Amino acid sequence: MARKFVTRVIRHQALRSLALGLGGVAVTAGAFAPGMVMAQSRDPAYAAARASGQVGEKMDGYLGFVVTPGAALRALVDDINIKRKAAYAAKAQANNATIEEYALTSGCQLILNTRPGEKYQVPNGSWQTRGAGAPQRDSRCP
Amino acid sequence: MISPRLTHSAKAATVEAMQGGKRSRRSRLAVLPVVGAMALGACVSVKAPDKPIVIELNINIRQEVVYRLAEDAKNTIESNPEIF
Repeated sequence: MARKFVTRVIRHQALRSLALGLGGVAVTAGAFAPGMVMAQSRDPAYAAARASGQVGEKMDGYLGFVVTPGAALRALVDDINIKRKAAYAAKAQANNATIEEYALTSGCQLILNTRPGEKYQVPNGSWQTRGAGAPQRDSRCP
Repeated sequence: MISPRLTHSAKAATVEAMQGGKRSRRSRLAVLPVVGAMALGACVSVKAPDKPIVIELNINIRQEVVYRLAEDAKNTIESNPEIF
């Protein structure tokens, strides 16, 4: 995932410099580039908490605590969830959907994206460890 | 001399009886909503103990909406790796 992203950033930067050289197309490419450059990978503490199964992906599109967290981890995850909600809200509005609809749809994808060993919430509400196969998801997930 | 006494007592008796009748009807009407409220209260308390509240909240979301948003959600996740 991270490698894939880096290649994309490089590709975008290459595109941007090319566009700058050409002059005319610079505005279009430049509009995409800042967002891509700003985006970073996961906070190491968050990555560690995911890998160790302390936090997991919930069905509703937010992170949940599998075990009672320490103050630092709680603050970190709360912060991520607030940022997620902000992203969901903006995208939901752009797509004429509710925040909950967009968040649930994202949850479907996020559970699919979990790596073996990571935790995710199954339709009955309990936590499950992701195995090698497909995860158990909500019946409405695509 | 005799008839006024009889009229008095007769009137008094009639009025008392009528008031008594009205009172009992009113009190019966006043009791009805209380009984109704108690019956409703009992219904709610029977439904209360349910485990998965999260799932109930999401029941309004329809599958077609999820399908429509899927591609956009995927893009959002990929372009914001620091929060996903």
